[in-house]
Amino acid sequence: MTRSAGRPQLLTAALLAPAALLFAVMLLAPLLVIVVFAFGERAPAGGYAPAFTFDNFLNLPARGKAFINTLTLAPIGTLLTAVIAFPVAYFLALRCDPKWRVTLLVLVMAPFWTSQLLRYYAWIMLLGAKGVPAWLSYLGFPDIRIINTPWAVLIGAVYGYLPLMVPPIYVSLEKLDKRLLEASSDLGATPLRSFMQVTLPLALPGVATGAMLVFILLMGDYILPQYLGGGKVFFIGNALVDLFLQSRNWPYGAAVSLALVAIMFVTIFAYMRFVLGGSGQRRVALV
Amino acid sequence: MRLYVMLIYVFLYAPIGFIVGGSFNSGKQAMVWQGFSLDWYGKAFSNPLIMEALTTSLYIALVNAVLSAIIGTLTALGLERVGGWTRAGFDALIYIAIMVPGIVIGISTLIAFVTVFDAVNPLLSVRLEMGAWAVIAAHVLFNTAVVALLVRARLQGMDRSLVEASEDLYATPFGTFRQVVLPLLAPSILAGFLLAFTFSFEDFIIAYFVAGPDVTLPIYIFSSIRRGVTPEINAVGSVVLLSSFILLIAAQLILRRSGRPAG
Repeated sequence: MTRSAGRPQLLTAALLAPAALLFAVMLLAPLLVIVVFAFGERAPAGGYAPAFTFDNFLNLPARGKAFINTLTLAPIGTLLTAVIAFPVAYFLALRCDPKWRVTLLVLVMAPFWTSQLLRYYAWIMLLGAKGVPAWLSYLGFPDIRIINTPWAVLIGAVYGYLPLMVPPIYVSLEKLDKRLLEASSDLGATPLRSFMQVTLPLALPGVATGAMLVFILLMGDYILPQYLGGGKVFFIGNALVDLFLQSRNWPYGAAVSLALVAIMFVTIFAYMRFVLGGSGQRRVALV
Repeated sequence: MRLYVMLIYVFLYAPIGFIVGGSFNSGKQAMVWQGFSLDWYGKAFSNPLIMEALTTSLYIALVNAVLSAIIGTLTALGLERVGGWTRAGFDALIYIAIMVPGIVIGISTLIAFVTVFDAVNPLLSVRLEMGAWAVIAAHVLFNTAVVALLVRARLQGMDRSLVEASEDLYATPFGTFRQVVLPLLAPSILAGFLLAFTFSFEDFIIAYFVAGPDVTLPIYIFSSIRRGVTPEINAVGSVVLLSSFILLIAAQLILRRSGRPAG
C-alpha cells in the first residue's frame, strides 16, 4: 500500500517516528556499544579501555561452564516443560467442563505474573534440607540433596515456565475440529492412534510457539539459576552479572553478551525454519 | 488425568501458599509455624523503604504502560501504511527487541549510557545519571514491541468494510479513526497496557542494571532475600499477588469480551 506523496506520507512518518527513535536509542545504539566494547580491553580500575583485540572472544572458553549449563539445561528444561504442560492443556481444552475452562486457564497463567523472586525463594525453602528432602527421608530415602543441583534448576524451570507453555498449546487444541476425532474413531482408529495421528500433529504449532517463548526466557535467565542453582549451577546470565557488577570486566562481559545473543539468534532462526516451517508461526502468546 | 492436573495445580500453588502462609506467621522463621498474626502487614506498610520501593515500581510501571500503549499503537497503525524495506526493517526490530534477553538489554543500556554520561557530565552543569527514567525507557522498548504485535494482529483481523462504510458516509479520516478504528482496537490496546504494566512491575533484571540509585520493589525484595527475609516481604508479596490476580482476570475478561482467545 504505497500512497501518493504529501500529507499521508507525513502522517506515516509521524506514526512511526516515536518507535524509530526508541529502537535507535534503546536498542541499536546500546547493541552497537556492546559490539565495540567486545573488541576493547578492561581498564585497570574496571570498565572499558579502547583497543582492538580478539582476546575477549578467544577467552570465551574461560566461562565455558556457564555456556554448557545454559545450553544443556535450557533445552532440557524447555522440553520437560512442554511434556508436562501438554496433558494440562489437553485437559483444559478437551476434557474439562467449559464452565471452568477460563478460570482454570487463568489460574495456570497467574503465577508467572506474580513475584518471581519470592516464588523461587519459596522453592529454596521447599527444596532445602528442611523441605522435600526431609519428607523423603521420613519415607526412607535419606540423604537426597535437591537444592543447588541441576535437578533443582529443572524443577524451577518447569515451575516457572509452565504458565507460559500451557496457553499456546491450549489455544491450538481448542481450535481443533472435534469432528476430525470422531471421523478418526468412526474409521476404526484406537484412541491412542487418533491421538498420535490427529491430535498431536494439530497441536504441534502451539507446542512450538510455547517452546520458543520458554526457550528465549530460559536462555537469558538469572534469578532461577541464582536461587535454585545457588552459585553451583550457573547460567550465562549469572556470568554476566558477575562480569559487569562484580569484576567490572566490561569488554569481556560484552563478548559474552554477544555470544549469548548470537547463539540465541542462530537457534531461534534454525528452529523457525525447520520446526515451524517456512511460513513461520508468529503468534506471540504472552497472556 | 484429572489427578495429574490437580497435582500440577498443587505444584504451581505450593510456593505461593508458602509465601502467603509466611505472611500470617507470627514468628520469623520461614519453616516453623508459630501462630496467626497480621503484624507483618502493619510492619510492611509502615516501613518507609518498602513503601518508597512500591511507589517507585508503581510509577515506573504506569508511565511505561501508558507510553508503550501509545507508541505501540502508533507503530502498528504506521506499519499498515508502509511496505517493502521500511516494513521489513521495523518487523526485524520488533522481533529483535523481543528476542534479545532482558539481561543483555539491561547491560547494554547501562554501559552505553554510563559511557555517554561520563563523557558529557564534565561539560554540563547538571549531573546525568541512571535512574527510574532508564528503567522506563528499557521497559518501553520491549513493551512497545509487544503492544505493536498485539494491535497489529487485531488490525489485520479487522473488517475493512467498516472503514469504507465510514468513508462513504463522509467521515473525515480522523473521524473514522476515532469512531471506528479506535473502538475496535481498544481491547488489544488495553490488554497490551495491562501486560506492559505487569511486565514492568515484575521485572528485576533490567532494573537491577539500569535503576542507578533508585530502588524498585523487586530490587528491594532481592536485597532483602540476600540479607535474610523477614515475613514483611511475604506480606508485601501477598498484597502484590492479590493485585496481580485482579489485573490478570481483568485482562482476561477484556480479551474474552473482544471475542478472541488468549494469545
